Amino acid sequence: MNDSPGITCEELIAFLADYLSDELAEPRREAFERHLLRCRACVAYLATYGETIRMSKCVATAQLVSDVPEELVIAVREAIRRA
Amino acid sequence: MRGSVAQSDMMTGAESLLLERLRRRDDTAFEDLLRLHGGSLLRVARRFLISEEDARDAVQDAFVAAFRSIAKFEATARLSTWLQRITINECLMRLRNRRRHPEEDLEKYLPRFKDDGHQAAPATTWSESAETILEKAELCELVRRAIQQLPDTYRVVLLLRDIEEIPNEEVAQMLGITPNAAKIRLHRARQALRTILDPHMRERTA
Repeated sequence: MNDSPGITCEELIAFLADYLSDELAEPRREAFERHLLRCRACVAYLATYGETIRMSKCVATAQLVSDVPEELVIAVREAIRRA
Repeated sequence: MRGSVAQSDMMTGAESLLLERLRRRDDTAFEDLLRLHGGSLLRVARRFLISEEDARDAVQDAFVAAFRSIAKFEATARLSTWLQRITINECLMRLRNRRRHPEEDLEKYLPRFKDDGHQAAPATTWSESAETILEKAELCELVRRAIQQLPDTYRVVLLLRDIEEIPNEEVAQMLGITPNAAKIRLHRARQALRTILDPHMRERTA
């Protein structure tokens, strides 16, 4: 990524994860934020990328209650007996 | 005493008692352990392997592995955490044995750019919070299916980092890649997931 006044959308998106996790050092961070001031598409991309991460976490808590199928209990019992 | 069954700060009293029974090779202890934790482990395995049969096989093998190595469990972490890691490793082993070419498959989900570096199809915001548009369960099902669409290599790293919240260094070790490679894969996986979700989220906020 070059440090000249402007970075491209492609360069910004390539380093998006580092920016969000606060791992982007100055002056790259400055170049990043300057680009965001003038590029609505990248502001939208950043927002929806963050939403994607947040939304993905719902699968961690979905279907909290999941019974163990009885066939699996029997299979594990037998497998342990043979182990 | 670190590692002692009854004195680990991480374990509840009930878990400590169960661990004692497991170490004594009490016949019903592993079955109790399975009934207690098997449901959530099956859920984890399904995310990684998708196939119900593969997920059940992975959980079965995880419990056999746990049975064989229970003497090595040091009680510095919860039994559930230990079992979860064994299950994830069983899933990763199965995925490594599958023959796929995920890299080619992911490209279609990554953003495209013009010669001047601008986005070829400029992104737009999902203007309302997803939760206000979709029922939570419906939204989660959408996300779950979208994650399943990702090629294995990328789905795995997204599950390990963003869902299981395992630190990057550890994920890199589990996958046998460098930490930088793990970071790059995660970023690509997130980008791909965003692309898959985008038409659904735009449609609902238009």
